[in-house]
Amino acid sequence: MSEITAQSEAKPDILRFVKAHIRDYALLLSLLAIMIFFQFTTNGTLFMPVNMTNIILQNSYIVIMALGMLLIIVAGHIDLSVGSVSGFIGAVAAVMMVSWKLDPFLSVIVCLLLGAAIGGLQGFFVAYHKIPAFIVTLAGMLIFKGLALTVLGGASVGPFPREFQLLSSGFIPDLFSVGLFNVTAMVIGTLVTAIIIYFNYRKRLNQQAHGLAEEPDVIFYGRNILIAIAFLGFSFLMARYKGLPNVLIVMFALIALFVFVTTNTTMGRRIYAMGGNEKATKLSGIDTEKLTFLIFVIMGALAALAGLIFAARLNVATPKAGLGFELDVIAACFIGGAATTGGVGKVIGAVIGAFIMGVMNNGMSIMGIGIDWQQVIKGAVLMLAVFLDVYYKNKAR
Amino acid sequence: MRALTEPILEMRGITKTFPGVNALTDVNLAILPAEIHAVVGENGAGKSTLMKVLSGVYPHGTYDGEIMFEGASRKFTTISDSETAGIIIIHQELALVPLLSIAENIFLGHETAKRGVIDWFEALRRAAELLKKVGLKEHPNTLITDLGTGKQQLVEIAKALNKKVKLLILDEPTSSLNETDSNKLLSLLQELKAHGISSILITHKLNEVMKVADRITILRDGRTVDTLDTSTAKVSEDRIIKAMVGRELTDRYPPRAAKIGETILEVKDWNVFHPLHADRHLIRNVSFSARKGEVVGIAGLMGAGRTEFAMSLFGRAYGQKISGEVTIHGKKADVSTIPKAMAAGLAYVTEDRKTYGLVLIDHIKHNVTLANLDGVASKGVIDDLKELKVANKYRKDLAIRCSGVYQTTVNLSGGNQQKVVLSKWLFSGPDVLILDEPTRGIDVGAKYEIYAIINALAEAGKAIVVISSEMPELLGISDRIYVMNEGRFVAEMPTKEASQERIMRAIMNSWEKPR
Repeated sequence: MSEITAQSEAKPDILRFVKAHIRDYALLLSLLAIMIFFQFTTNGTLFMPVNMTNIILQNSYIVIMALGMLLIIVAGHIDLSVGSVSGFIGAVAAVMMVSWKLDPFLSVIVCLLLGAAIGGLQGFFVAYHKIPAFIVTLAGMLIFKGLALTVLGGASVGPFPREFQLLSSGFIPDLFSVGLFNVTAMVIGTLVTAIIIYFNYRKRLNQQAHGLAEEPDVIFYGRNILIAIAFLGFSFLMARYKGLPNVLIVMFALIALFVFVTTNTTMGRRIYAMGGNEKATKLSGIDTEKLTFLIFVIMGALAALAGLIFAARLNVATPKAGLGFELDVIAACFIGGAATTGGVGKVIGAVIGAFIMGVMNNGMSIMGIGIDWQQVIKGAVLMLAVFLDVYYKNKAR
Repeated sequence: MRALTEPILEMRGITKTFPGVNALTDVNLAILPAEIHAVVGENGAGKSTLMKVLSGVYPHGTYDGEIMFEGASRKFTTISDSETAGIIIIHQELALVPLLSIAENIFLGHETAKRGVIDWFEALRRAAELLKKVGLKEHPNTLITDLGTGKQQLVEIAKALNKKVKLLILDEPTSSLNETDSNKLLSLLQELKAHGISSILITHKLNEVMKVADRITILRDGRTVDTLDTSTAKVSEDRIIKAMVGRELTDRYPPRAAKIGETILEVKDWNVFHPLHADRHLIRNVSFSARKGEVVGIAGLMGAGRTEFAMSLFGRAYGQKISGEVTIHGKKADVSTIPKAMAAGLAYVTEDRKTYGLVLIDHIKHNVTLANLDGVASKGVIDDLKELKVANKYRKDLAIRCSGVYQTTVNLSGGNQQKVVLSKWLFSGPDVLILDEPTRGIDVGAKYEIYAIINALAEAGKAIVVISSEMPELLGISDRIYVMNEGRFVAEMPTKEASQERIMRAIMNSWEKPR
């Protein structure tokens, strides 16, 4: 195509590109709309630094489990046991650290391995014995709920050693203290923003060098400016309270890792292919059983990590910990655009889905809406999100 | 005497087109009252399509022509329309619910019920009556899954009788029956005839046709070629075979100068059993070889076991209790898993590209590299640009027509989907490429392109194995042809000496005698 026609088509190109990717942005815009909505209904409480920090702390364990759940759902399975497993691991951690006075670091390692082993056990039945994941993890849900009670002897165990509490309540220490403003947080935030934009830009240059840049310039720059505003703004808010929570760093690192694995590695590609058509994938020489097994191991480890974070946050392990988490986690993935049939879904979608749920929880609580109506509204939002997704998918055909 | 009788069914000038294909062209079929009428033809001749037009699967309006049944013009739009009229079709794959009883199956959808409450006493009584008519000595409460295929066929017929059948259509009813059960079924058809019920028998087994058919209609390439009356003239099997295959080979195949080298793949005494029924011996002592630069064809009717053979060879993707020896490049090869088979140099391009070939929701680029992701990755990280180059190379080499390599494969035409699957396997770098029905559901132009690709691959020194139900295709592209029937290789011939008659004869002569 000649230069002239390419330029004269520039305008419709932008429209066409936006249309083709509207679903990618729709989710993020929904989150933004929900946040702005609650910013007004809560009289500006939502965006207050202390509240933003709270939202991160309250939802970190859901986000972390949603990462693993996304892999499971993309692979065409489901895991109902993650809530019970995280509760059980929290209980085990309490017994190890509080009752047996074991080293917190060692305990954390053992708990993560135990979580991976639990995931592996469930994955073994799903992958190698073809028992539907729904059944296997339903059994797991009951088993680990019961075991959590047994381990704790029906009582709450706490408090945890201080080092362990830092996992949830700690913040990255401020190196250059300037009054109430956490400079370290701002510096880290700025660095991360710079790195993200650098990688985006490099990818763009690479695409252009091979004539593959689909995204119109306007959209590319606009997108990156928005990313910068969001990240810097967020860092600024964090800096005005206590800085960056440790959990945020863990969560952010995991999100980055999972985005990378799903989009850039052979393993990620194979998971999507397996969810899209297991028979064809198997016939292409891919060990689908091993892959399924591995995904459940990862999910188990993440559920364990979530359980530890939750226990550290409450500073006590209770038999009720983890109750119903699996529902929030699964809902986050589906709100984020994952398909029940497998093969479709994005890590970022699941993360945004988790925060949509989290912001709604937080906003409605501040507004004083009762837990009963919160459930009703959350259910309706889940239904609406999936309905719109399916509706527009069918319409696109 | 019969000539004076009015036909019970007349299909006149039936033409049915699918996008790009004329499945039926001006087909005429007349069935007389109380006759057994055989419809024969090669795979793809249009027999099944014709029956689907008749039974309303393809509703009135989607085809041209007229259907007269019992003297009136009929416009069936659903299967239940034709069933109400008394035309009942029994498909090759039986439509019974395995975990329900005989009685429940017979009355499914027509329950002996009052206000939704089933009268079991009446149901069992009538079921027993019907079973007696078809000669099945089983209690009506027996579950379908506990019956053999032959008895299941009888249940299907009992079900048809319950619906007051006037014209019974049987699609390959004896293909999975042994001789005894086949004979039983055929004599039942003759009994029904005595009661005034006509049947259309679709079959490949010409000996059965000779035995029971009053008249024979032969289809070829979607046209009626001939209708023979066995009562007025002596009809020979030869006569039928000639009419079935008598088609001129034109230059539908690209020319090729074969340069055949040493043997690459050799299989000895290959045996495979059914994946679920361990006692069903599907592939029996097959020995087979393919040489460098050679295109080897495997001919056979549907259900001969060709796909099962190929898939069992490819990393035991099918079957159980597999035994036999595989040699590749003169060395014993381990092909016990798909990755091992691929490492040994095998590739299998499936006959069912939608189920086994493509991730339909994904785009061309991802599908092309799926079988060899390590070829575009280092240490498990995919090099996006390298992958893109690979996809674009195959897009160009195989002339995949698409808006770009990011087009979702579900939106491609059959021919282009096939090229994507081919690309995937070419990128895996095989020495032996097994192509299972590579041109099924593809229009003529795309077929030619696929043949040209096959030629180019053979020239590049690969051994190509082509499984096809279209005999002209095998004769047109292969160097050597194996003929398979009932799980065995029943003939092998250089293509120079092969003909459709010879292949068909090899199949017809090989049907297993009663055990």
